[in-house]
Amino acid sequence: MQFMLLFSRQGKLRLQKWYVPLSDKEKKKITRELVQTVLARKPKMCSFLEWRDLKIVYKRYASLYFCCAIEDQDNELITLEIIHRYVELLDKYFGSVCELDIIFNFEKAYFILDEFLLGGEAQETSKKNVLKAIEQADLLQESEDEYLSVKIFK
Amino acid sequence: MPAVSKGDGMRGLAVFISDIRNCKSKEAEIKRINKELANIRSKFKGDKALDGYSKKKYVCKLLFIFLLGHDIDFGHMEAVNLLSSNKYTEKQIGYLFISVLVNSNSELIRLINNAIKNDLSSRNPTFMCLALHCIANVGSREMAEAFASEIPRILVAGDTMDSVKQSAALCLLRLYKTSPDLVLMGEWTSRVVHLLNDQHMGVVTAAISLITCLSQKNPDEFKTCVSLAVSRLSRIVSSASTDLQDYTYYFVPAPWLSCKLLRLLQCYPPPEDGAVKGRLVECLETILNKAQEPPKSKKVQHSNAKNAILFEAISLIIHYDSEPNLLVRACNQLGQFLQHRETNLRYLALESMCTLASSEFSHEAVKTHIETVINALKTERDVSVRQRAADLLYAMCDRSNAKQIVAEMLSYLETADYSIREEMVLKVAILAEKYAVDYSWYVDTILNLIRIAGDYVSEEVWYRVIQIVINRDDVQGYAAKTVFEALQAPACHENMVKVGGYILGEFGNLIAGDPRSSPLVQFNLLHSKFHLCSVPTRALLLSAYIKFINLFPETKSTIQEVLRSDSQIRNSDVELQQRAVEYLKLSSIASTDVLATVLEEMPPFPERESSILAKLKKKKGPGAVSVSELEEGKREGGELNGGSDRGADTAAMAASNASTPSPQADLLGLRSTAPVGSAAPSAGSLLVDVFSEAGPATPSAAVNDDGFLSSAPPSEDPAPPLSEADELLNKFVCKNNGVLFENQLLQIGIKSEYRQNLGRMYLFYGNKTSVQFASFTTTVSCPGDLQSHILYMQEHFVEPLVEGGAQVQQVLNIECLTDFCDAPLLNIKFRYGGALQNLTLKLPVTINKFFQPTEMASHDFFQRWKQLSQPQQEAQKIFKANHSMDTEVLKAKLLGLGTALLDNVDPNPENYVCAGVIQTKNQQVGCLLRLEPNAQAQVLSHTHTHTHTHTHTNLYSCL
Repeated sequence: MQFMLLFSRQGKLRLQKWYVPLSDKEKKKITRELVQTVLARKPKMCSFLEWRDLKIVYKRYASLYFCCAIEDQDNELITLEIIHRYVELLDKYFGSVCELDIIFNFEKAYFILDEFLLGGEAQETSKKNVLKAIEQADLLQESEDEYLSVKIFK
Repeated sequence: MPAVSKGDGMRGLAVFISDIRNCKSKEAEIKRINKELANIRSKFKGDKALDGYSKKKYVCKLLFIFLLGHDIDFGHMEAVNLLSSNKYTEKQIGYLFISVLVNSNSELIRLINNAIKNDLSSRNPTFMCLALHCIANVGSREMAEAFASEIPRILVAGDTMDSVKQSAALCLLRLYKTSPDLVLMGEWTSRVVHLLNDQHMGVVTAAISLITCLSQKNPDEFKTCVSLAVSRLSRIVSSASTDLQDYTYYFVPAPWLSCKLLRLLQCYPPPEDGAVKGRLVECLETILNKAQEPPKSKKVQHSNAKNAILFEAISLIIHYDSEPNLLVRACNQLGQFLQHRETNLRYLALESMCTLASSEFSHEAVKTHIETVINALKTERDVSVRQRAADLLYAMCDRSNAKQIVAEMLSYLETADYSIREEMVLKVAILAEKYAVDYSWYVDTILNLIRIAGDYVSEEVWYRVIQIVINRDDVQGYAAKTVFEALQAPACHENMVKVGGYILGEFGNLIAGDPRSSPLVQFNLLHSKFHLCSVPTRALLLSAYIKFINLFPETKSTIQEVLRSDSQIRNSDVELQQRAVEYLKLSSIASTDVLATVLEEMPPFPERESSILAKLKKKKGPGAVSVSELEEGKREGGELNGGSDRGADTAAMAASNASTPSPQADLLGLRSTAPVGSAAPSAGSLLVDVFSEAGPATPSAAVNDDGFLSSAPPSEDPAPPLSEADELLNKFVCKNNGVLFENQLLQIGIKSEYRQNLGRMYLFYGNKTSVQFASFTTTVSCPGDLQSHILYMQEHFVEPLVEGGAQVQQVLNIECLTDFCDAPLLNIKFRYGGALQNLTLKLPVTINKFFQPTEMASHDFFQRWKQLSQPQQEAQKIFKANHSMDTEVLKAKLLGLGTALLDNVDPNPENYVCAGVIQTKNQQVGCLLRLEPNAQAQVLSHTHTHTHTHTHTNLYSCL
């Protein structure tokens, strides 16, 4: 995967993750172009489209669009399910996630994504394992003083 | 309540985000942001040291502002400070900021790398993962340099936690993608491949992405992964839907891993081992069978996951292209999907069938779906699906169904979306040409194309129809008649006028016998369109008129009158005016014979690859690049015909090119048929290139004062290496960076780095003049047997234009396969003020660059020295030192050579002793070296011994 974008129906970018090196200017240009293209599509249309030399896979969940760019050889359907699994993870973590959760806790959305996808590839597809990692981190936050003295793994 | 309430509610951040959301206008938002930025700046600059929490909060705010789309130019230092915090959340926010806002500020990178290094060695898995995520997210070269050797160790170490392994695998993948030369798997290869057997499904899922990428680049080294992948796949495919617990996704066992396994197998040919192959075929059959079973869930996630595996399996079947049975089954399965109610599946089936159509085993099976596909083209509501249908029709077309498919595509064109029209036109044109049995059908099709979608008919398409008509005399009469009829339409597309003008100008005589299309009628018909046309078309029509004068003497006076009219002969457009003047003069002074010779029928075009096909290929290629290449071509085409050749027999048509800039000159084969004498070498660069074989090009004299330049022949063959090339080369034996070459025009600098048997060289070409260098090309070649099996060089190309005062950079990747003697050659060609500059240098790649220093004690040294004392392992040479033998200078040189300089080894302190290993891909050659300087006579005697014979010679040539 080359990048993932989350944006609202109004075209506001909510999360951006780039797995290839691009300049800020290019990123902005790509975002603008893609947001426009995807928002212009009608609801019943298919979730895939060709864009430049990439394949775009997108899906709308409530007010948010999740949009991934993958390479020619990559599998569209499994990417669609990558999106779905990410939504499930957010949902489970926030408890029935909505756009506001992602706005106010954007850093959490990034942390969850990093546990799930790394370098554009699925790192851990088990929902339990991903959430366990995030919850562990949350526990660390709760009791950081304690943590400092105890947590030394083998 | 969301789990976040547990953590670190950063209240200030939430308040700030709310404020932003409440802003009524863009201006209000910017105002609020600027206020916050000022606040944060003053906090960071303030005297009071900030506590970790505040720092985290402000860094987080900056991040939020950046993600809103504003530029952030401070806060990096504070984020780096957070990295070394002991508090997890602070560290985490620091890493996030770095990941999102990385900036190649080298000072900062050093600090970041330090923090990462600490976390990687902390043995705390949570910290290690954070650090690995950061490397994977940033993936810069500096990070690769710092960590590429450390991460494989973490990945395969027995005591690494699973989650860390997963991160390490993908982190390494990212580094490999950015800096493949720095990630050397070598000894780790087999242990990495065996991660496919790991008990933890998550580890396999992560590792397989890395293995797939490495396999693509080094298939041989990783080929053991095939059998491991097959057995893993087989276990998953045959497992019950609950066996894999949390790795089962909506009743589908491990869909992500399955897809990745099938993808990995596509890096290799079918397994040779019969048992492995049998097992794999079984898996593929099971996957195909499962597609027919009733779904275990109505959820779309279930069918998506299942079908993702199915499509990946079909890709593998197509990749193998060797199992007719599976191919036909795949085709039937896709055929079912063609009528599925899910748009996504119809889309993918059309896409996948496109590749099936090119297999000989399944081509016929694909063809049976033609009606469904045509129907899709007509009825699909989504343009991207219709596009796929059009692609598939194109792919399944052959002689048996060409007429039907072309007809359908033509009728679709009438309503097709603008975005895909041009491509459709190209496809129709190609199919019509490729499968034309009778050429009248071909001519009809192209004229229909122009009629239906004239705006989208590119020049290549109408040039091609003219080429074909000119080359086939059986269709010329028909073509003349058809264009004549087409031109009768009250409104016809300008492209039709162009084709009509051209064809009637050449072959109007073939229909002139019919009084309804007598010469004057033809002329009047053409001329009735004249005033509605653009300048290029008018120019073409003028050329057709002069051809008419030759074909039909009776039209001469009418046409002369037209040419003589003020609107022609005083036309404000120079091109048109010149044509009118010249054609008028030509028609009045030349005798009939001369006229007949000058305006003779066009000779046939040489056969070559269809230019339309080339254009379609370009269109399909990576977007931006191909477009710019095309533009490039257009510009060159424009220059090329800059009004230089005219007045010869082809001039009538050639001249029209002058005002329609495009790569057409090449396309119409004008250059190969044009009389050589008419070429003016002062035109664009291409022209000179082409004619340099036939007639002498005249290089501009402006730069001839430079000794080198005047000696370089302006030919296209690479010049022989400069006489001083060897000397230049010797400068670089002991150093890697510096200026390789310099003259009045050009400076070439070099930076290079070597690591084991790999090297990377950066070449910097500086234009010292204020004038642009055009057609700048560089070619690296390896003379003699250096060519393929000794040194492998991979170059990245440079832009063809180097502006005055500018510098361009080129990267060369070098791999030493075995030892070698000659240096590779670098040829540089460019045009400076029209004159071709051609120079060849030797690239300073010498065998000693691949030295790895080896430290050893005196005892070891002499023991090995003795072991290597057979005649072919030993060599010695006595030579006179060229330079003074200053100890420090000598030491520096020997170190520069790449060996380790060993102190206290040789009993005689005057002597120098060195050891090193030359790393090549095929072998490693250990070298021991002793230098015995003799200060009085300025003579060094010099012995070295090692494991391989002719390396001596090569090494001595370096010394």
